[in-house]
Amino acid sequence: MSTAREMAAAVRAGERTAREITEGALAAVAARDGEVHAFLTVLADEALAQADAVDAAVAQGRDPGPLAGVPVALKDNLCTRGIPTTCGSRILEGWRPPYDATVVRLLRDAGAIALGKTNMDEFAMGSSTENSAYGPTRNPHCLGRVPGGSSGGSAAAVAAGFAPLGLGSDTGGSIRQPAALCGVVGMKPTYGRVSRYGLVAFASSLDQIGPFAADVDDAALLFDVIAAHDPCDTTSLRIESPPTVRPSGSGVEGVRVGLCPDLIEGCAPDVVARVHEAAEALAAAGAKVEEIRVPEFGYGLSAYYLIAPAEASSNLARYDGVRYGLRVDAEDAGAMNTATRTAGFGAEVKRRIMLGTYALSAGYYDAYYAQAQRVRTMVVQAFERAYTSVDVLLGATAPTTAFKLGDKVDDPMAMYMNDVCTIPSNLAGHPALSLPFGTGDDGLPVGVQVLAPALAEGLLFQVARAVEAAAPEAGGSA
Amino acid sequence: MSRPEETGHSGSGGPGLSRDDVVHVANLARLTLSEGEVDLFTAQLRTVLEHAADVAALDLSHLAPMAHPIPVENVLRPDEPRPSLDRSEVLAAAPSVEDHRFRVPRIGTESP
Repeated sequence: MSTAREMAAAVRAGERTAREITEGALAAVAARDGEVHAFLTVLADEALAQADAVDAAVAQGRDPGPLAGVPVALKDNLCTRGIPTTCGSRILEGWRPPYDATVVRLLRDAGAIALGKTNMDEFAMGSSTENSAYGPTRNPHCLGRVPGGSSGGSAAAVAAGFAPLGLGSDTGGSIRQPAALCGVVGMKPTYGRVSRYGLVAFASSLDQIGPFAADVDDAALLFDVIAAHDPCDTTSLRIESPPTVRPSGSGVEGVRVGLCPDLIEGCAPDVVARVHEAAEALAAAGAKVEEIRVPEFGYGLSAYYLIAPAEASSNLARYDGVRYGLRVDAEDAGAMNTATRTAGFGAEVKRRIMLGTYALSAGYYDAYYAQAQRVRTMVVQAFERAYTSVDVLLGATAPTTAFKLGDKVDDPMAMYMNDVCTIPSNLAGHPALSLPFGTGDDGLPVGVQVLAPALAEGLLFQVARAVEAAAPEAGGSA
Repeated sequence: MSRPEETGHSGSGGPGLSRDDVVHVANLARLTLSEGEVDLFTAQLRTVLEHAADVAALDLSHLAPMAHPIPVENVLRPDEPRPSLDRSEVLAAAPSVEDHRFRVPRIGTESP
């Protein structure tokens, strides 16, 4: 399959039509999504209508935009006007939002084709996409394995070649971990770079929308389209930054890379080996690689699993059976509220809501929630210290390659451990990216993670390109 | 620092989070749990909280709690009328509607 860059260039030049590309994508979905189950909703008619509009623009001599005719898979927690948006939950089954998320509008304005809505762990809570109320997504590289999560549907859609681009959301690693397990590129931008307007809220101080792509430059292309100030999101940053697609300086000559054992130790030996090989490749490309300890990262997981559930317990209070979504009738409003939530939420969502409610409740607030917030400060200060001596950090994305379906569903703590390397960037609000680098002993993709300071997306992509240039060819691709 | 098991509710589930705590929290969160779910969630949430003991044990009194990764401030716009969501479209998503309003069952115990 060609890259998004090639597709858009060909469509803008009139060499290919958006309709032909979209029909190809829909045919690929029809042929194989029965077994992968990346999509919850395929937007066949809408996508073709969008494609025809793009082609009409080209025919009239207008430029449809930098993503002209490129199919994009949208995680199902991004609001799409008039199109079902379930968040992988029964409580939102059949809900059709009355508005588009800002990123959905930006994609359309850039000429992209919304191919469909992708499967996810319910309300983005999970690391395997097994917590979807609509059944799991399977890893396109090996159908008995999970795609990771929570944005497993978007990662699988890109890995299976259904769409060259996808959007996910990353609260504790939900873009980067599935990208690693599916052998694609996934990136979490700086908090505030991408508008969260229309992203169904999970943990508002951590959530950030970001791109999936088959290579680094395509991820940068999509990032440049969605990174824009938005008056509809009060946390949207008012900054102008140069496009990341074509960085002024290419290569990593002299870039200081901190190989971080605290983001590597505890991972499987094959994952550890790939990260060290990536570091060697960067050194060979001229980067100054040094080992740097950031032991504070070790407390990130515990802090995250107090802060994120606390925020979720508050955000998910809105599902009360009154204004949208499921209602289970009962004799009075309170009983209706309880019956609706009990029937509509799955087990993991209930666990997180209860954990968060507990962490915020009288007698526990200081010991758990406020303490976790202090850890967050500690992690931010640790990053600041690290970035006085290095420009970026390098580590693993996920502790292992894709695990088997069913392996961890009954052990929440084992599932949470998947996020140990990705959480620090969420706590600090920093950008980070996972890209494939070879395979594990089982032949499945391994992801390595590059972390950068706030707003340093250009540098992040630059280093990722150098890693990508040295990456061994991944086997077993779909 | 006082550990939660020293200050918290007493319960039948041993140290840390008790079954009673889980029932209490589920009630606060407007969730009904079966007896089996109470047992399961008590064990699972206790495991998570035991893992969080490493955080609870740190002396971080010198650090300020951080609620947000970037400075958050009020963002204001001119107070001018603008188009908003279409009322009928919004109400179309509601489980029950009457006279252009959300309809809910009786609230509280008094007669309507």
